[in-house]
Amino acid sequence: MSSTHVSTTINGQAVEYVCPNDASLLEVLRDQLGMTGTKEGCGSGDCGACSVTVDGRLVCSCLVLGVEAQNRQVETIEGMADKNQLHKLQQVFLEKAALQCGICTPGILIAARSLLEKNPDPTEKEVRYWIAGNLCRCTGYDKIVRAILETAKQLREEAA
Amino acid sequence: MSEYQAKEFKVLGQRLQRPDGIDKVTGRAKYGADTEAAGMLHGKILRSPHAHARILSIDTSAAEALNGVKAVVTRADFPTAAKGYEDVQDNCMAGERALYDGHAVAAVAATSKRIAKQALKLIKVEYETLPHVTEVEAAITVGAPIVQAGQVSKRVPEGYSDNVVRYVSFGHGDIDAGIAQADATIERTYRTEASHQGYIEPHACLATLNEDGRGDLWVCTQGHFWIRDMSCAVLGLESANLRVTASEIGGGFGGKTTVFIEPVALALSKKSGHAVKLVMTREEVLRATGPTISTLMHVKLGMTNDGRITAAYAKLFYQSGAYKQGCADFGAMPAFAPYDLENVHTEGFDVVTNRPRTASYRAPGAPTACYAAESAIDELCQQLNLDPLAVRLKNAAKEGTKSSYGPTYEDHGLIQCLEAVKDTEHWNAPLGANQGRGLAAGFWFNFGGETSVSTFLNTDGSITVTEGNPDIGGSRASISMMVAEEFGINYDQVRTTVTDTGSMGQNEPTHGSRVTFAVGMAAIKCSRSIKAEIAQRLAKTWDVAVDQVSWQDGKAHCLDASKGIEPMSLPEIGAIANNTGGPIGAHHGSNMEGAGVAFGVHICDTEVDPETGYVTVQRYTAIQDAGKAIQPDYVEGQLQGGAVQGIGWALNEEYVYGEDGRLQNPGFLDYRIPVASDMPMIDTVIIEVPNPGHPFGVRGVGETPIVPPLAAVGNAVSRAVGVRYNHLPMSPPRVLAGIQAAK
Repeated sequence: MSSTHVSTTINGQAVEYVCPNDASLLEVLRDQLGMTGTKEGCGSGDCGACSVTVDGRLVCSCLVLGVEAQNRQVETIEGMADKNQLHKLQQVFLEKAALQCGICTPGILIAARSLLEKNPDPTEKEVRYWIAGNLCRCTGYDKIVRAILETAKQLREEAA
Repeated sequence: MSEYQAKEFKVLGQRLQRPDGIDKVTGRAKYGADTEAAGMLHGKILRSPHAHARILSIDTSAAEALNGVKAVVTRADFPTAAKGYEDVQDNCMAGERALYDGHAVAAVAATSKRIAKQALKLIKVEYETLPHVTEVEAAITVGAPIVQAGQVSKRVPEGYSDNVVRYVSFGHGDIDAGIAQADATIERTYRTEASHQGYIEPHACLATLNEDGRGDLWVCTQGHFWIRDMSCAVLGLESANLRVTASEIGGGFGGKTTVFIEPVALALSKKSGHAVKLVMTREEVLRATGPTISTLMHVKLGMTNDGRITAAYAKLFYQSGAYKQGCADFGAMPAFAPYDLENVHTEGFDVVTNRPRTASYRAPGAPTACYAAESAIDELCQQLNLDPLAVRLKNAAKEGTKSSYGPTYEDHGLIQCLEAVKDTEHWNAPLGANQGRGLAAGFWFNFGGETSVSTFLNTDGSITVTEGNPDIGGSRASISMMVAEEFGINYDQVRTTVTDTGSMGQNEPTHGSRVTFAVGMAAIKCSRSIKAEIAQRLAKTWDVAVDQVSWQDGKAHCLDASKGIEPMSLPEIGAIANNTGGPIGAHHGSNMEGAGVAFGVHICDTEVDPETGYVTVQRYTAIQDAGKAIQPDYVEGQLQGGAVQGIGWALNEEYVYGEDGRLQNPGFLDYRIPVASDMPMIDTVIIEVPNPGHPFGVRGVGETPIVPPLAAVGNAVSRAVGVRYNHLPMSPPRVLAGIQAAK
């Protein structure tokens, strides 16, 4: 398998890597760049644990090739907090106990941020359908949905 | 003797944040696949494509010759397993026969995942396929292909094939006499299909095993002490020489209490002379790790016109995979546990088949038995036109009731849970067209078991707690809270850490709903030892008798007022520890007794689409006795998570086997666990009837929540449609067939 040199931006930082042409973005992030915050639950786009955004679009990084990141903006969980200042979603997830084992949490946080960027005032149903591609086996989703709705409310209040 | 002492709590009951929280929302937490070692190789496992086959030969030469391959192992590379661990070893790496689709037959370690994958294709295995059986009903029938010969226990009754390997029975009274007293009776057969624990993190480990038999293992597991002991038994190692560190764990639910890949990774490391990382794919998780049982269950019940259950009988066949084990006893014991019965009898049978070796799944055995029992009770309630809640209250077990499995109950909260149903808005809300409401009660024993904890007073007065149970849902927070409560200090002054097997005594895994109860109690005992040590030292320092030193509000007080001594805080005591005898700490190791039973009652509303048979859960309430909820968020989380797993089992989740005995749906697309858009909010009510066996009244809460949902959903769907469903999951085709048959 031949490899390709890729220039991209990850969490605002210019990054260069050489990856096999068949390597997924997830594989590049985790195995080559040591960014293990993005998780692999299935490798087939069914669980959402590997959610990242590419040019602002929510994707499963296991379904994107590493070479496709060329000249794009990739955002992962490692870039969600602003230095030691947690993102509002991260804070509220902790306050509302919206995680148990935590393996799905990075993917769900990325997905939720993507939702709130597009829709700052989602209904419960909109939240549930938006994160329907992110499996969680511990929580039954209740506290996750509540935390996303609560974050949306707080962000709207801050913006007002 | 009661351990419980009623008091006002200062820390317990607060919704405090977990110490591992920030790492988990920032992606910094290290799970099984999140670490590496210098010179590390990647392992991959070759798996049998046959349901049952004799392995005639394995030729690994072409794989070994591939550039980058550093080791290939087969069963020939494993020593004879220690007695009692033969099946564990055989499940990790097949011997003479591959017993199920997905059974490991060889493994490779190579310099990259790609090369390892390529090498698997170069291994030539010659199989002779053998007759197979995967379904429980076929497996128990005389003449069925026999999965494991010579395994039948003496007590197993005549009339079954040799796949029925184990028999248990429980109960008291006389079923025939009870049936004779009944005004109405019912006999039903129920079936449930196998589900998987479905944790989102696949099994993963990083193993190093040196030539001298010393090694290290990093692994996602519910119990690294068991992983150590099993790996050593399978590989002929000494426990002291294998240090196992538990990573953060991405879910387990019982499925991560045994070894699958760990001994294989260790064997590859030993042979290659490198560290080996082995991570399962999702397909491997579904094909080759512990799913749960499938069942065939018969129930016979008698009831009087006013709702008293006069007789309760259940006969439960539990399909437990390719090896003799299973949980028929844990099904037969709790089937009728919520009820005070004069005549009760349950029989359980473990059945082997050509399926993966089952692993525990949250209250293993109980959800299906509860489904059968509570469905039959509900149907009798319908026949006799009785209120299902009133019938359950009328028959409910109390303190002093002789349970259906033998012991007499201590105080518990079943009645309070049932009474709480009446007070919910949910129970009193109207139902719409095509909607039905189901109710079910459930029980789990809870457990204590082998527990080791160490606790230290640091020189600045903060407290370090070191324990050996992987934290899945916030137990480090709960344990710190209990220690803070015991000392009368702030939660922030205590930090609890899960340590490796080289640094702590034996611990059972994080299973049996045991950790908050047992590890918490051990940590409280350590805290009390430290307070006693402090009292001894301060008595000397203050020149008073030790009984003149008292612990109140986080400080040591001198009761002898004539001394004029100011109370001392932990920071003050820690600061002078060096002058009063040195470091202050305590260890506690024992088998924790007194885990109080936990009852739960669930209410479920469903709506059924009469045209498609598709079921939606409209509303759900889970009520449970927690004894004392240390951190209520985490108790609610257990209730909600367990309920949704049970809903998945009731409606969607199913292992589907083809005629060829191969699993047809080994992926999250086709093995569909509930997603957010399938579910409503899960309302919870926490009842607190203190467990007499714990200083703060704690009961385990993790397993009971998955016991009632199968029945609660089943009763809701059956009432919505007006047709009784006796086969789970109630997938749209099954529900639609019922609707059409009734027309």
